[in-house]
Amino acid sequence: MIENKNTKDFEFTKKNLEQVKKIFSKYPDDQKVSAVMPLLDLAMRQIGGWVTESAIKHISSMLNIPFIRAYEVASFYSMFNLEPIGKNFIQICTTTSCWLRGSDNILEVCKKHLNVKNNQTTKDGLFTLKEVECLGACVNAPMVQINDNYYEDLDTESFLNILDSLKEGKKIDIGPQNKKRKGAEPLGSA
Amino acid sequence: MLDKKDKIFNNLYGLKGKGLKTAKNFGDWTNAKDVILNGKDWILKHVKDSGLRGRGGAGFPTGLKWSFMPSKTEYKPNYLIVNADESEPGTCKDREILRNEPFKLLEGMLYASIAMEVNTAYIYIRGEFYNEFVSLQNAIDECYENNLLGKKILKTDYNLDVYVHRGAGAYICGEESALIESLEGKKGQPRLKPPFPANVGLYGCPTTVSNVETIAVVPAILKRGSEWFAGLGKENNTGTKLFCISGHVNKPCTVEEEMGVDLKELIEKHCGGVLGGWNNLKAVVPGGSSTPLIPASLCNNLAMDFDSLKAVKSGLGTAAVIVMDKSTDIVEAITRFSRFYNHESCGQCTPCREGTGWILKIMKKLCKGTADINDIDKLEDICSQVENHTICALGDAAAWPVQALIRHYRSDLEKRISSSKLVSSAE
Repeated sequence: MIENKNTKDFEFTKKNLEQVKKIFSKYPDDQKVSAVMPLLDLAMRQIGGWVTESAIKHISSMLNIPFIRAYEVASFYSMFNLEPIGKNFIQICTTTSCWLRGSDNILEVCKKHLNVKNNQTTKDGLFTLKEVECLGACVNAPMVQINDNYYEDLDTESFLNILDSLKEGKKIDIGPQNKKRKGAEPLGSA
Repeated sequence: MLDKKDKIFNNLYGLKGKGLKTAKNFGDWTNAKDVILNGKDWILKHVKDSGLRGRGGAGFPTGLKWSFMPSKTEYKPNYLIVNADESEPGTCKDREILRNEPFKLLEGMLYASIAMEVNTAYIYIRGEFYNEFVSLQNAIDECYENNLLGKKILKTDYNLDVYVHRGAGAYICGEESALIESLEGKKGQPRLKPPFPANVGLYGCPTTVSNVETIAVVPAILKRGSEWFAGLGKENNTGTKLFCISGHVNKPCTVEEEMGVDLKELIEKHCGGVLGGWNNLKAVVPGGSSTPLIPASLCNNLAMDFDSLKAVKSGLGTAAVIVMDKSTDIVEAITRFSRFYNHESCGQCTPCREGTGWILKIMKKLCKGTADINDIDKLEDICSQVENHTICALGDAAAWPVQALIRHYRSDLEKRISSSKLVSSAE
């Protein structure tokens, strides 16, 4: 875990404090520690895709639990990034269903196009690449997740198109990229 | 093939619109008040009579599971948790319900809650499903606005609050006791059973964890009748089922079919067939990564239900059919599963934490051709030491696909090893 000593101690923004209230209201009054995961997620969104040590400290004191109790949760779940990531966090699924449909090609062109290895961020800070396990969109394989969105039914061409569009700040449709279907229906049935 | 009138999920792909109004046009929440007023015993009886078995993988009879819940007491509430932590490789059926048919799930939660005296229910959704979470939350908000959730639902005396809790990327949280731990704000590590969640679950209170699809078919059962549901499929394997067919087929898709549908029919009618035709089939994994693969020679006249698949030493699991054609390197395909289980082992039990790593190591050697002939026996031995030696079923799930690979392809593995030895000695 990296701690940037120059940053101030973490605090939720005023707007996010409203969210914190909403999160707490989901759980019984004597079980507020249930909120640790949603709070870590909220902190991660505020910071920009990762959680700092001071954020985890802040959350543990909000929940009145030892630091290690919050930290072990942050380190257990793969979605909590404990190091900075790029603006676009590319997660490429290469588990069997995606692999059968060519996910290794997607991974290779991604590495080549961005000139990064797995778990690396591009020098301009725009992209971080991570090879991940099944993301649960197997009938739309191969697929990748970029930040909160799934991009599905990919081939190398449509995938590179997504990367370039993100680089240029252009809007791209999420979901299937082959323009032939909207979701998980059989091709040609809509 | 499932008749159109018997389909439960009429807007599975979301092509017919979103929102409560659309859902109501397809029959969601029709006669909901009557069902509520019929009460607990009536709901339980119909769910039991329907023969519904849990759709999350284990296939436990749903009505029986619900009947394990004690009556709520003043000092301990009962909880219902919907398991939407869909992460089994190959599986993407609950995703369609969450994003396109969330009202069926919410209506089912209401009836399940009445049957189990629940007033607070949680939906634990996998963290990566962000857009699905947004669709689901919108549906919940709409239900609250229309008196379908919250206090005095449809002017009855019944109250139910539903909250969504997002996971954060841990397959193990699909195991019910790990899910409960996670919802309590801890690492998702499974609990020893007993006590079972129906006695000591969330916050120490009686809890039932049910899969999304299980709950989402309940309204159809209660409104169309348990006889109708029990009349579909086969004895002990009743109703309809969502299948997700991925891999080497012409049109991969998620589709609702009758339980016990013939595998070939499922693939040819809905998915445009195996790439290169039925004769090009090498093997299928019938129900998600945990279920042992079935070679093509056993795939003819194969009914897709719990008991028929058990008979070929596999299982229906989540009904996620992964199809592999003859071009597939089957060892690599299974190695990817081994990598998955190694990555997802929670680290609590030694046989699984260490064993999944050893399994992966040998599988990789087999892939590369650097394995020794004794490695096959070693692999089998490790699998047997992981299987049945862990708190939860993740260890079993890691062993089964590898055991099936050895069972069906031992001679191929041996040939692979001896030919790579020949190559290396020639060099």
